[in-house]
Amino acid sequence: MEALHVISAIFMFAGCFFMISGAIGIIRFPDFYTRLHAAGKCDTLGEVLIILGFMIYQGLSFLTIKLFFLSFFILLANPVGTHALIKAAYVTGVKMWRREENG
Amino acid sequence: MGKKLSYILTFIVMFLFWILLSAWQLYPDTPGKFDAIHISQGIAAAALTTYLSRRVIFDLSKKWYVKFLRAIPYVAWELWQIVLANLDVAYRALHPKMPLDPVVVEFETPLRSDLALTFMANSITLTPGTITIMVEPEKGKFVVHAIDRKLAKPLVVDQTMQKKLAYVFMEGRHDSST
Repeated sequence: MEALHVISAIFMFAGCFFMISGAIGIIRFPDFYTRLHAAGKCDTLGEVLIILGFMIYQGLSFLTIKLFFLSFFILLANPVGTHALIKAAYVTGVKMWRREENG
Repeated sequence: MGKKLSYILTFIVMFLFWILLSAWQLYPDTPGKFDAIHISQGIAAAALTTYLSRRVIFDLSKKWYVKFLRAIPYVAWELWQIVLANLDVAYRALHPKMPLDPVVVEFETPLRSDLALTFMANSITLTPGTITIMVEPEKGKFVVHAIDRKLAKPLVVDQTMQKKLAYVFMEGRHDSST
């Protein structure tokens, strides 16, 4: 039982690490598009890893199945949301940061 | 026949999902409220959802089971790519110099069906350093924002993902059904 708790804690900490690095990326990256890279990707894996940790902690029950569906829907919906945001920015002409212009 | 079957399958899945969402009352020991009123409400909700998503859930086209079986290793590969993508973004975010070199690339794919294009767009967004900006379904053309020039290469030059998806959905040059 203790071993399962340790494994779930490892998953949750890994998820937190990705969420925090995603947040740092959102602050540090130069423009909207690169910030979306940080937001769209790190949130997906961070949330799924944290939910996976919850699933392992909980054991097999209805809650686990619901959490599984939750992570499944996050995996489906997160890229779609990121794509909607970046398409709106691209169509309305948000300026892109480039390496050559800014050294 | 296929259409009716897909309606029935969608309804069954929706109703099972409703039961799953309502079954918290079964756990841990309280008896659930599965009497006539609640079950009829569930059936009505499942029927409404089936009607609204009638063309979304089950695509019972030719050889759908082959596509389903071929999609399993692809999804496993995709999950591994998600981990790589996150390590990449975390590395770039935490690196003191922030090694970024953003670029927008365009390329065409042999994919045409809605499901294949959706899979492709979502996979691009989840794999390292790339986000789908636009999709043109007629030509199978994708406009992609890459965080680094090098990371756009697998899509444009190697075309690993297109080949894998063309194999899964049996489209384009890898069409084995003809």
